[in-house]
This record gives sequence, structure tokens and C-alpha cells, in this order.
Amino acid sequence: MTKLLEIKDLKTQFYTSAGVVKAVDGITYDVAPGETVAVVGESGCGKSVSAMSILRLIPNPPGKIVGGSILFDGKDLLKLTEEQMRQVRGRDIGMIFQEPMTSLNPVLSIERQLTETLEEHLDVTKEGAHKRALELLGLVGISEPERRLKQYPHHLSGGMRQRVMIAMALACEPKLIIADEPTTALDVTIQAQILELMKELTRKMGVAMIIITHNLGVVARYADRVNVMYAGRIIESGTAEQIYHNPKHPYTLALLRSVPRMDQKRGAKLLPVDGQPPDLTKLDDGCAFRPRCTFATDKCAHSKPTLDPVETGHISACFEKDRVGFVEAVA
Amino acid sequence: MNEISTATVNAGGAVAGSGDLVQVKNLKMHFPISEGAIISRVVAHVKAVDDVSFNIRKGETLGLVGESGCGKTTTGRCILQLEKATSGEIWFDGKDLNELSKAEMRPLRQRIQVIFQDPYSSLNPRMKIGEIIAEPMMVHNIIADPKKREDRVHELLQLCGLNPKFADRYPHEMSGGQRQRVGIARALAVEPEFIICDEAVSALDVSIQAQVINLLEDLRDRFELTYLFISHDLSVVHHLCHRVAVMYLGHIVELAETDELFDNPLHPYTTALLEAVPIPDPTVEKARVHTIIKGEIPSPINPPSGCVFHPRCPKAVAGCKVNMPEFREVRPGHWVACTEV
Repeated sequence: MTKLLEIKDLKTQFYTSAGVVKAVDGITYDVAPGETVAVVGESGCGKSVSAMSILRLIPNPPGKIVGGSILFDGKDLLKLTEEQMRQVRGRDIGMIFQEPMTSLNPVLSIERQLTETLEEHLDVTKEGAHKRALELLGLVGISEPERRLKQYPHHLSGGMRQRVMIAMALACEPKLIIADEPTTALDVTIQAQILELMKELTRKMGVAMIIITHNLGVVARYADRVNVMYAGRIIESGTAEQIYHNPKHPYTLALLRSVPRMDQKRGAKLLPVDGQPPDLTKLDDGCAFRPRCTFATDKCAHSKPTLDPVETGHISACFEKDRVGFVEAVA
Repeated sequence: MNEISTATVNAGGAVAGSGDLVQVKNLKMHFPISEGAIISRVVAHVKAVDDVSFNIRKGETLGLVGESGCGKTTTGRCILQLEKATSGEIWFDGKDLNELSKAEMRPLRQRIQVIFQDPYSSLNPRMKIGEIIAEPMMVHNIIADPKKREDRVHELLQLCGLNPKFADRYPHEMSGGQRQRVGIARALAVEPEFIICDEAVSALDVSIQAQVINLLEDLRDRFELTYLFISHDLSVVHHLCHRVAVMYLGHIVELAETDELFDNPLHPYTTALLEAVPIPDPTVEKARVHTIIKGEIPSPINPPSGCVFHPRCPKAVAGCKVNMPEFREVRPGHWVACTEV
């Protein structure tokens, strides 16, 4: 199958007074057309920076994409001029940010937010854009679209704003949507509404989606494939079933054993990983998870494990991956 | 109306008084909204908490769940006497807190402590960790000798899984999880019996969150603590609480033992809430029913008539628009405010 997006050995660094932060340290993954790929990890693991890098939205200085390639539909996004890149953003790749409060412009009406993208990228008349905006609001389930178009972001609730964000992302019928923690700021019943809407629309329109989140439940419900990140690297990748039922990296295993689950019997203790994520300015040659890892050996201190296959479509970056699993954990 | 209030007084199943540490009876907290800069007048009220009753037994962890704006935090603040309740009673160990003077309240504050959500704003950035933890002891005159107090601070830090050396650090030098541990150490400093945890683990990453949950559990067992655990995260509440109360728009709509509530939810809102929570297992997720409730939470300034949930409720009948359903015990210990169960 041809890939829509192929990220190869992407490296993004930030130059700060405390040193060089290797926020994204050589990640490789791809997205097929129409597929939903999740990137999971905890704060500071580089998941958002990797997404921003795809759109080249890394503030420079202090940040810089220092290596790798991002092939989208056959062209390398890192080689485009700024003007060409503007044509990709919003046109071919839509973006949904976490904060619906700050990612809409407070002084523009909802209509203007929507038509701006349309007029920028498509050859539409004013009436055409207005009609399309109405259509989009209907599509994302906003009632009384005619009235809503005249309103401003502060008139809308958090859930409504996120619906507007989705409408904006879909406005030019992109091939890919990048959603960075799209529902983290929302209540759980609203979260369910928004995620269901995104799933339905991406399926209907055949749009591929990269969903970035720390919520393992959201990933289980909505993603086809999962990339787990830790300290700027992808440490395990596979289908949702492979990752959740047969984790082959100690960090993935630890994450899964840390979340309390509503569907399981109460009374069992959670088994969290000790310690904290590493300081990204002070990474050494060894595996970054080593200090917190119960499987670590001497080998882990000297070189970084590469992503090696476990089975078809499932890769893990761990020297001891054959020992990792739910059964061993109990013994 | 009288019948309803007598019914709600004992809500929670236990006979009032027997083994209850905390009893909340018909608590109302209505915040006035004023208009006009010079001649200010009250134009409306935000009914943040509207007739809420429950009890908490000694040694029990009661979960208070609900979405933003449902009044769960305000309920906690009323118990702490950080808000002066509009009406209702809050009994703690035989005393009605709403009737006490400031001086009478002070010794009780030592027995009731709180852990806040945001580990970034709940610690004074200009104080060292040691000073932050020692402050409540000084306020309550617990350990007068500075040397002994320092030892106690070190002991508390260790108890909460932190290096005693952290006493000389400032909050900004610590991570979110470490700060939350400091918040817990500060609450424990005065040896309280009852701790209100207001979204105490919500801001933390998964692996750190699990560490803090385990700490709260260990401390509960070790010091026989009673918790009111306020949270929007149903998975955490399921893990940590003995009983759970579900709030919606200022009302408790359902209250039961944790297993009973999660296995047999009766109120349509509880059902919807539980189905909305994604479970971290793709196979389970594919097999689950997901009823998505429509609409958003109405404004507490002008709540819907009758049952506050009726505009979003899939089971609503004509009567729901007229009368607020009675909060009744449908099974032993299982209380629900819905006529259609």
C-alpha cells in the first residue's frame, strides 16, 4: 500500500540555556491513507513536538528540525519553501489543537475563522465560502448554524469550540488531520461526543488522522495503530491489539499496569514505574528508560536498542524484549 | 417537600450517627450574581450546590464524581468552611460546622485537611518545602521545638516517598508528582482524621498518578484516614473509593457502594457517564455499548425545571419536566434520584 505520510529519522532539538534538548530524537513512522495512528506518551516525551515538526511549526529559535525527512504524498515537507508550506497547512493537512480556548482567534467571528481558510486555499466566492461554512457547521453537529456563524469564540462552550476547530480542519477536505490532545480539556461525556464525531467524519471522508494523546483509553477505542514514545523516541509500535495485549517494551507494559481500569475487579494494587522521566538535556548513550526499568542489564547502559521486529507490524526497542510480557510480570 | 428532606437526611444508607464522621444535610450554596457598579443589586444566583445530602463513615473513602461545574468542588469547599453555605448543615464528629465561630472552628481545622488539584499553584513559590510542611504545625502549635519540628518534616517527606533533603528546596525545583507529594505531606503534618482530596491526582501523568494513588492508599491504611475523594476520573474513583456519589448540576443523582454503582448504574446520567469512559483495551472497547448523550451541561444560573438532567435524558417522560425526582433508596444502600428506574 502506498503511504500518505512517511517520517524518517526525524530529529528536532531546542537550544536552551540549560543545554540542547533532544525533544524528538530520530523517529520513524508512516501513515496510510484513511488510517488512524496514535502517538502516546507522557508529558515531555516529544509527542507534540513531533506533530508540530510535520507542519514545520517549531518556533525557531530556540527550536530546529536538525535531521530526517517527512515525505507527504511524495514530497519532502522539509525541503519546501515557506510559501509552499503554507499551501500544505490547512489545505492538505488539517490541525486540531488541544486548547479550544486559545486556538481560535477571539476577535474573529466563527464565520470568518472558517471562511479564511477556504478563501486562502480554494477558489471560492464570498457566497460560496459562506455556504460551505454553513455546511461545515452542520457536519460537525452545531445547531442553528446561521446564528452561530455570527457569534464569537467566547459565546461558545468548550465542546462547541472544539467542534468549530474540527470544522476548520475539515474545511478544505485535507488528506491528513493531526489532532494534538483534541479532547483533553473536555468533560468525559463531551469527549465521547467529539471523538465519535472525529471518527465518523474521518471514516466518511477517508481522511487519515494522527491522534496525539496521553489517554490510553482513547487510543484503545479509536486508533488502528499505536506508536509509544519515551524521551523523544518511539520505543514500541504496532496495532492497538498488539500493543495492549502483547506489550514488548517494559515502558509500555508499565504504562498499561499503571492505569486503573473500571472493568476489572477492585482491590488490586496498581504497579507504577518508579522514578521520573529523564532530563532530555542529559541523555547518555544508553537506553533512556534504563534507570526505571526492571529488565535492565549492563548492555542497556552502553547502547540504545533499535526498533526490531517482534512479529509482523509490531516493533520494539528493547534488548530484553523477549522477556517482557504480562506473564513474566506476575512471576 | 418535607418528606423529601427527611428522606435525604439519611441518604447513603447508614443510620445517622452510627460511625459517621461527616454528615452533610440539605447543603445549598447559591452564589449571587450582581449587576451595576454603583448601586449593585443581585440579579440571579448560581446554584452551585442545590440540596445535597450524604454521609461519610469513619475510615471510608467516599468518591464524589461529576463533570466540570457540577458542584463537587464547591461541596468540598463548604465542608472546609472556605465558603459560607447558603443553607444546610455540615456535621463533623457531632458538631455542626456552619454554627461554629472562627475560634471554635480552629481546632477542628487540624482534623480536616485538604489536598488540592494543581500542584503548581497550591504551594507558595517563595517558601522552602520544609517551611511549607512545617507551617500547619506552627499554626496549630503542634510541635513547638524547632529541632523536633525539623525532624518531623523529614519524617513526613520520607513517608511521602521524598528525600528529606528536599526540605531545603523550593517548589519550582520539583516535578508535578513531587509537588503533589509535598501537598500530601503538608496535609498529614497535623495528623488529620479527614482529608478532602480535590482532584488530587488529575494533573499527573499516568505513571506518576499511579504512584500517588498508591501513596494515598498506603496512608489511608496506616493512619486510618477518611477521604472525600473529589474527581472527574471514574477509573481512579473506581479504584480508590468504597462508595461513590454522582453529581450533576448541583444535585447528587446517585449514590451507592462502588461495585454496585459500576455494575448496576441506575440513573441514566451515571450510565451515560460510565459508557463515555474509554477502557484501555481495544478488544473490550470494540465489544462495548457506547450510548453518547447529546447536548451539554446547562447553566446552573438557570437550571432546567424538574429533574435537572431531563433535557439530555434518553428516558425522560413528561413528568420529569415538572418535579425534581425524590432521592430514594431502591436497594439497600443504593440511592437514586430518578422516577424511571
